[in-house]
Amino acid sequence: MTAELTPMPARGLRALALNLFGTGFPWVSGGILLAVILLAIFGPMVSPWRPDALDLRSAFQPPAWAAGGSWSHPLGTDNLGRDILSRIIAGTRISAIVAFWAIVLSGLLGTVIGMIAGYFGGWTDAVIMRLVDMQLSIPPLALALILAAVLDPGLEAVVIVIVVTYWSWYARIVRGEILSLREREYVALARIAGCGPLIIFARHLAPNIVNTLLVLATLQVGQVIIFEASLSFLGLGIQTPDISWGVMLADARGYITNAWWAITMPGVAIMLTCLASNLFGDWLRDVLDPKRKQL
Amino acid sequence: MTRFVLRRVAQGVFSILGASVIIFIITRLSGDPVVLMLPPEAPEALVTQTRERLGLDLPVWQQYLMFLRDAATGDFGTSYRWEMPVRELILDRLPATVYLASAALIFSLMLSIPFGVISAVRRGSWFDRFAKGVAMLGQAMPNFWVGLLLIIVFAIGLEWLPAYGADTPKHVILPAIALGWYPVAAQTRIVRSAMLDVLDSDYIRMGRSVGVPEGLLIWKYAFRNAAVPLVTMMGVYFASMLGGAFVVEVVFAWPGLGRTVVEALFARDFPVVQAGVLFAAVMFVIANLLVDLSYGLIDPRIRHDR
Repeated sequence: MTAELTPMPARGLRALALNLFGTGFPWVSGGILLAVILLAIFGPMVSPWRPDALDLRSAFQPPAWAAGGSWSHPLGTDNLGRDILSRIIAGTRISAIVAFWAIVLSGLLGTVIGMIAGYFGGWTDAVIMRLVDMQLSIPPLALALILAAVLDPGLEAVVIVIVVTYWSWYARIVRGEILSLREREYVALARIAGCGPLIIFARHLAPNIVNTLLVLATLQVGQVIIFEASLSFLGLGIQTPDISWGVMLADARGYITNAWWAITMPGVAIMLTCLASNLFGDWLRDVLDPKRKQL
Repeated sequence: MTRFVLRRVAQGVFSILGASVIIFIITRLSGDPVVLMLPPEAPEALVTQTRERLGLDLPVWQQYLMFLRDAATGDFGTSYRWEMPVRELILDRLPATVYLASAALIFSLMLSIPFGVISAVRRGSWFDRFAKGVAMLGQAMPNFWVGLLLIIVFAIGLEWLPAYGADTPKHVILPAIALGWYPVAAQTRIVRSAMLDVLDSDYIRMGRSVGVPEGLLIWKYAFRNAAVPLVTMMGVYFASMLGGAFVVEVVFAWPGLGRTVVEALFARDFPVVQAGVLFAAVMFVIANLLVDLSYGLIDPRIRHDR
C-alpha cells in the first residue's frame, strides 16, 4: 500500500480557508450543493408554478425536449397536471430540512455519547459501546421501518428515525478519536491543572474532532436523502400534501406506464444531490482528515 | 483462539438479545392490535377476551419473557393478518428472499471483480475512472428508483423482462440488478486495493520476470490472493441484502420476507414484524461474526490469542 504523505493541515480559520480553496476545490459538486441550499431557501421565488396548482387539461405533459412537451412545463407534468419542476423545487426544502436536523441532532447526540464513552472509559465505556453494538446489530432500514410505523408519520418522525439510526455511527468514531486524544500530554496537564471534564471536552477535545465530524456530516447528506426517499416511498415518511422527492416517486409509481418523466426527474434530483455530497465529502476528507484518506 | 471465538459468540448472542429488546419495545409502543383485528362494533367483552388470549393484558416485561421463551423454541406466535404460525410464514417467504439476495450478490460480483481487477492493473486509466464513476452512481441512486427505471426501460419500453412477481427465472433479473448495484462501489474498492497490494509483491514481479503470461499472472496468481478480503466481506453484503431488500421487494412485488414485513407493518401485525426484523438482525450479527472469525482462518498470520 503506497500511502501518500499529506502534511497535517494547519489549524485555525484562515488556515482552514486556505486549505479548502487551495487544493482543487470541487466546483461542480460544491456548486450543486450550493444550488440545493439556495433552492431550499429561495425556491418559492423562482418556482415557475405553484407546486400544488392543478391543471387537468395539461396532465401527463412530457418534458419540453420530448415530443408533445412545451417549455411552459420544462420537466413535464404529473397525473393532475402539476408542474414537476416546481414540485422538485418544493421538495428541495423538505429534503434540506430533514437532512439538516437529522444530521445536526444525530451528530450532536452521537458526539456527546462518544465523548463520554471515550473519556471516562471503564464501565461507562463498556455499557455505552454494548448499546452501540446492539443498535448496530439491527439493519438500519429495518429499525427505521418499525420506528416509522410506531410514530405518527411526517417530518418529525423521519428526523427521529434517522437520529435513532445514525447516532451510533458518530458515537463509535468520536469515541475512537477521544481514546487516542485523552492520552495526549496537554489533556493530562489540563486535568492536573484542575480542569473539570466539561472544560476539557469543550476546550481541548472538541476542537480536535471538528474536522472528522464535518467530513462525516457531509458524507451523511446523501444517505439521509436516500433514507427519507425510501421511507416516504413506502408511505412511512413525509405524507401528502407535503412534497418530498420520495413522495413524488411514490405518487408517480401509480402511473408508471403513462409518465416515465414523473419517475425519472425526482430521482435525478436525489441522485445529483447524493453524488455531489459524496464527492464533496470525499474531497473534504482528503483535505481535512488525511488519516482516513482512501486509496 | 478458542477464547476469542467464545467471547465473540457471546457478544453476538448479547447483541441479538439487545436487538430483540429494542424491537419488542418499539413494536409495543404502537397502537392496540386488537382494535385493528376486530370490527369497530365488537362488544367490549370480546375485545377484552381477545386481548387476554394474545397475552396483551400482561405487563410489557412479562410479554417480553413470554416472547423470548417461545422464540427459543421456534414459536413466534400466530400472524394476526395471515392467521398462520409466524414461523411457517417466514419459512414460506424466506427462500424467495435468499434467491433474490444470491442473484443480487452474483450481479454485484460480476461487475465489481472485473472493475476492481482491471482498475488496479490499469491504474489511473480511463477505465479506472469509468469504473469508479459507475460505482459512485450506484451509491447515489436509491435502489428502488433504480428498480423503477429498470421497469420503465426493460419491462414497459422494450418489453424484454417481466416487472412484477417471481414466476420464472427471468423475473429475478431486474430486482437483482436494483438490489445488487449499491455494494458494487465498496466491493470494487476492496478488490482494487487488494490487487494493487498483490501486484506490488515480490512473487508477481518474479513471475513477470521469468515470463509468465500477463493474463495468467493477473487472474490466477494475483487475483486468488486479492480475493481474500472480498470473500471475507461477502457475508456482510449477503446478510445486508437479506435484511435490506424491503423496498426493492415492494417495488417488484417480490414474494419475499421484506415485502411481507412491510405489509405486516401496515396491518400492525406485531408477531410478523418482530420475527421478520429479528431475523434480519440475527443474519446481520452472524455475518459480522463470521467475518471476524474468518480473518483468522483465511490468514493465519492474524492471531487473536492475547
